[in-house]
Amino acid sequence: MMRHRLILTTLLSHWRRKPWQFVILLIGLATATALWSGVQAINAQARDSYAQAAGVLGGDDLDRWTGNAGLSISLTDYVALRRAGINLSPVMETVLRDGNRRLRIIGIEPTSLPQKSLIQSTDEAGSLADFVTGSGIALVSADTALPLPAILPPARVSDGLPPDTIVVDISWVADRSGRVAPDYLVSLKLSNADHLAISSVTEGRVKLQASDASGDLSRLTDSFHLNLTAFGFLSFVVGLFIVHATIGLSFEQRKPMLRTMRACGASSRALVIALSLEVLGSVLLAGSAGMVLGYLIASSLLPDVAASLRGLYGANVDGALNLQPSWWIAGLGMSLIGAFAAAAQSIWKAARLPVLAPARPEAWQAAHRRDLTRQGGLAILLLGVAVVTLLLGRGLASGFILMGSVLTGTALLLPVLASNILHWMEARQATPLSRWIWADTRQQLRGLTLSLMALLLALSVNIGVGTMVDGFRKTFLGWLDQRLAAELYVTAPDTATGLGLKAFAGSLPEVDAVLPIWSSDVRIDAWPVTVFGFEDHVTYRDNWPMLQTSRGMWDKVRDGQFALVSEQFARRFNVEPGDPLTLPSPSGGWTAEIAGVFSDYGNPTGAVMINATTLTENWSDLDQRRFALRVAPECITTVRDLLIKEGLPERSIVDQSRVKAASREIFETTFAVTLALNALTLVVAGIALFTSLLTLSNLRLPQLAPLWALGMTRRQLGWIELGRMLGLALFTALFAIPLGLILATILTKVINVEAFGWELPVFLFPLQWISLIGLALLTALVASLWPILRLQRTPPATLIGVFSNER
Amino acid sequence: MNGKGLATICLLLGIATNGLAQGFAGLGMQADGFEQVLPGYQFSFPEDHAAHPGFRIEWWYLTANFENEEGQPMGLQWTLFRQAGKAQDTATGWQNRQIWMAHAALSTPDVHRSAEKFARGGIGQAGVEASPFSAWIDDWSLVSSDGSFDQLTLRAKGDGFSYDVQLNASGPLVFHGDNGFSVKSEQGQASYYYSQPSLKLTGTVKIGETSHRVSGQAWLDREWSSQPLSGDQSGWDWVSLHLDDGVKVMGFRLRHEDGDDFHSGTWITADGQASPLRQDQLKLTPLAANTVEDRKIPTSWRLEIPERAVDVTITAINPDSYMKTLFPYWEGPVTVKGSHPGRGYLEMTGY
Amino acid sequence: MTNAIVSARNLRKTFPSDTGNVAVLDGLDFDLEEGTTAALLGESGSGKSTFLHLVGGLEVADSGELSVCGQDVTQLTADGLSELRRERLALVFQQFNLIPSLNVRDNITFQASLAGRQDADWTDHLIERLGLTGLERRYPEQLSGGQQQRVAIGRALAGRPPLLLADEPTGNLDEATGDTVLDLMLDLVRDSGATLLMVTHSARIAARLDRSFTLKAGRLT
Repeated sequence: MMRHRLILTTLLSHWRRKPWQFVILLIGLATATALWSGVQAINAQARDSYAQAAGVLGGDDLDRWTGNAGLSISLTDYVALRRAGINLSPVMETVLRDGNRRLRIIGIEPTSLPQKSLIQSTDEAGSLADFVTGSGIALVSADTALPLPAILPPARVSDGLPPDTIVVDISWVADRSGRVAPDYLVSLKLSNADHLAISSVTEGRVKLQASDASGDLSRLTDSFHLNLTAFGFLSFVVGLFIVHATIGLSFEQRKPMLRTMRACGASSRALVIALSLEVLGSVLLAGSAGMVLGYLIASSLLPDVAASLRGLYGANVDGALNLQPSWWIAGLGMSLIGAFAAAAQSIWKAARLPVLAPARPEAWQAAHRRDLTRQGGLAILLLGVAVVTLLLGRGLASGFILMGSVLTGTALLLPVLASNILHWMEARQATPLSRWIWADTRQQLRGLTLSLMALLLALSVNIGVGTMVDGFRKTFLGWLDQRLAAELYVTAPDTATGLGLKAFAGSLPEVDAVLPIWSSDVRIDAWPVTVFGFEDHVTYRDNWPMLQTSRGMWDKVRDGQFALVSEQFARRFNVEPGDPLTLPSPSGGWTAEIAGVFSDYGNPTGAVMINATTLTENWSDLDQRRFALRVAPECITTVRDLLIKEGLPERSIVDQSRVKAASREIFETTFAVTLALNALTLVVAGIALFTSLLTLSNLRLPQLAPLWALGMTRRQLGWIELGRMLGLALFTALFAIPLGLILATILTKVINVEAFGWELPVFLFPLQWISLIGLALLTALVASLWPILRLQRTPPATLIGVFSNER
Repeated sequence: MNGKGLATICLLLGIATNGLAQGFAGLGMQADGFEQVLPGYQFSFPEDHAAHPGFRIEWWYLTANFENEEGQPMGLQWTLFRQAGKAQDTATGWQNRQIWMAHAALSTPDVHRSAEKFARGGIGQAGVEASPFSAWIDDWSLVSSDGSFDQLTLRAKGDGFSYDVQLNASGPLVFHGDNGFSVKSEQGQASYYYSQPSLKLTGTVKIGETSHRVSGQAWLDREWSSQPLSGDQSGWDWVSLHLDDGVKVMGFRLRHEDGDDFHSGTWITADGQASPLRQDQLKLTPLAANTVEDRKIPTSWRLEIPERAVDVTITAINPDSYMKTLFPYWEGPVTVKGSHPGRGYLEMTGY
Repeated sequence: MTNAIVSARNLRKTFPSDTGNVAVLDGLDFDLEEGTTAALLGESGSGKSTFLHLVGGLEVADSGELSVCGQDVTQLTADGLSELRRERLALVFQQFNLIPSLNVRDNITFQASLAGRQDADWTDHLIERLGLTGLERRYPEQLSGGQQQRVAIGRALAGRPPLLLADEPTGNLDEATGDTVLDLMLDLVRDSGATLLMVTHSARIAARLDRSFTLKAGRLT
């Protein structure tokens, strides 16, 4: 014990002499932990919210029953099931927008709701009637901001509800949506006899929904969270580069110390234990700091994440972090694994460290050459994996494997390529000094490899993601202009009002056209698809953003039996114009031919457009509250006022510019998170570079001293050093541009398609590259400034000392 | 009269205390637009067998005494309640705000099983139609076999019990109080109240896995009103008796907190002639109390009707006939001994 | 020999080289009596350093027998060798090999502490004798070469090991400093009663020790 403590304190005494190195080790470990655990905190929070949302009606205790293909269940079938003595309870859901928030409204039927479910248990006997009769009650969680929109019944706080989820009587939802059929039924676990009875009573129209704890939300948002995780992991890896570099450097510096300890009789096992304890201690120190940092990162990103989850998926995620102990444990565990992964090489070397230093100094060079060869081989292997994944891979995970293998493969290739270029340049130099500069740069490469790789990763990911986001913004804005061609969009409180207002609007002389936007929700393979009914109009013919068309497309759709499908739909089911299409409908199925594919960015669910009459003829459970108006710009206000005077709530009518602004906002917040993580990654890479240079500067002295002795001034040496660093950074940045573009292509053509179901064109933004090159150079400048200044201040005696101390 | 019905619905509505004020306000007060119970109502059939959406509360209430093949005494209860949030709520679909509730129970000397159901109106899950007569909630039903109110089939099942019986009327409908206008307190609360007390019962009941062929007598009550009870009435005790000589007796006692109980009842001769029993004409006195579900409940009573020389002891077949429903109460079959032996049903609330 | 502290029989050690394996020790027989101070002489490549490394457990012989402080080192595991070094031996190198992040005193007590044999009085005595008084808190880089080697000698003797192995301990020092250091070392070795085996190429230094062994082509001459 005494012995281990002595070895450990001796090892640690190194940091007393090199406190900055230790600080940088801790920073690396802390940032790695922080970015990873921050992202995980966001994910955990979101998952909790989904689980809570799915569990509103009793969660795992309740089964959920839907119509075939997830269709709603007819009231006739529901009543028939009740009259067959089966205890099922109907639920209808809707969404209510209230300013920026999106309220999930769950309409329950309290008289039939199983006793075990959450709502019944929090209900008091007396309020059952209040709930159904009279003005009703809106149950809300304590953390849902009040007041609720005035159209809702009076609020009453109930435990166990997620934020922004409101439970009301089913009649409220039915009233508001103009629907009758329950969206789904819930039940306790039923007997086999009941299962058979359900099937026979409804002739197979009602089915048990496959149980999925967190339901649709979790499925829809999976890709979003995978994205976050991928970026979090990338940052983690970049942070570990720092840790690895620092631990590696400190190992090199402590090698003589380790040898001396071995010579004094410390066993290699004791050294390994001490080194491991050192890593463990750093994890406890830096990991905990990183967790706190991660918490801060998560809390600052969470509002944006919550906003984009709400905007994209309608998922309500609590904006305040509420973390479980498991998050802390998992985060520290990850930190520990990462730190040991980064330290493994050093510890392994320490275990096998011979007491005597190798007699041949050139071994170092040979080892570097061997390293490079190995790296080159690994890089080629990884790029091979990338090619195979590209050719054979399917799904989001393989998209990330593709991205990961391209990134790491190319990063590994960087030093190999740089070394060869430097070698080539060296051979072409006329003067000994310039030859020395190139040769020396090549030698330095070894110490810089990891940080240059980190810089390359950060830069290329920045270029890739930046290109995707900017490309997206450009595409999306153009698409919005096409898509939102009408001037006013109206959503009436209910179907009757909607139809009435539509007729009223049609009678107004100021209105050029009334375009119904009717819809019915269906499910295909459990995927929610909205079938829209529209009336043929020049607005669509001129503007609608089509990706694929067919001859006479609009005429064909107008005449029924033809449909337009969204890009997401087409990709998911691998269909194109000319293919047949069957949609679930109350009569069993409606069949048509696909006439075209339109782009539908930002929609996680599917969309199909058919003629409005065809929709009303084939679907009974319609949402007919919405329509769009074509109005001359000068008449917009007039028409708006007339509709409000006619009884339309003011918030139910929005003009084009507001819809566009709202849509833009959703997308900006979605990518704000990605961009923030990106920026953090770049900062981490900067720290990595700085670390490497700082630690290298000590090792540089012996290499620079001869030049000084040969008559170069320290200033000249400083310029050479600076030029060298900027050159390497520039090389890395230039290397990062094509890699970034490859990444952007993977992101838009592979990841995006898999994650969101749509593809984007890749636009080039050279200005962005220039600014990133500038940023890389700036990082290198800042990082090398300190070591160079130190060189400037190095007293000649120290330089002389290099010779006397040289072994 | 079934006090429990009122009790339950008061609870359902959550207006028990408001009811006090309404009670004193008397008959002139229009309760949320609901129709008022007034003397001199002309009943009209079969329409009056169906629901009266103009009134707030209403029930179809059946009790029966019978024996199995071994002569073991048993009883069953089946009740369907309707309560409305607003008057004339005839909306179809989810907008209908009426709530339906039903209780079913089966009792033997050893076993008492009960179940309850809730449903909302407007969607067809529960309701009552006049012709052909049909009252139902989920899979429980009281349905006419021949279209009339005289031949009925009753079916219900709950945890560990079920019944499926035929009911055949052997006498006329009986109107309580003043030709069906039944007063419930000195303050004037009242209901429309008629019965079919002379139903012959045959059929099958099942307890656990055992089926029993049974036969006996049943009593069907119909009552509706818009007003809750007076606020100072703490509970009630109600009996319906089939005496061996063919006479039927209905009697109830509304307990007042100040001890000044309100008594009322109906004497029904074997040929169906009804005459009201007023406050001073009958007396219900508790005898022995049993501890049921941690409550002291009198499961043995003395009933006196001096004018008819009636002095009988009423004793529960199974003292544990407690209804563990959302709104709990005691209800079960009884035997009648003394001057006029027979059998019947006893209901007690507010203990 | 009965009380030999180092005893080798037919000891062999080869190293790979560009032209095949080179036998550095070629069947060496060697005995060193306890309590003596002995010099190991020989030209470069004669195998004297290699022999010292084998005795110190820093390298392992290919074949032959080697007993150090009564232990058969050819049979020891890596941990056993560590223990031997820690408990029985002390090494002084030409390169001083101090721990740069420990101060003079901590460097001196390092091995003794590792062996669990710290003796404060003896340490104080050593510091005084080695002329390091007042320098205890300094770090190696703040010392001259001669001072550093004195620290190394102090470290070697602090745990009173029975056997001290020295590899050209004055090789990195100028002659005057080297002589001073050597005098100190020999004095202290005698004080502590340790046996000294010192590799040197200087006959002048060897003459100051009890005995001299000369190696040539991996054998004693």
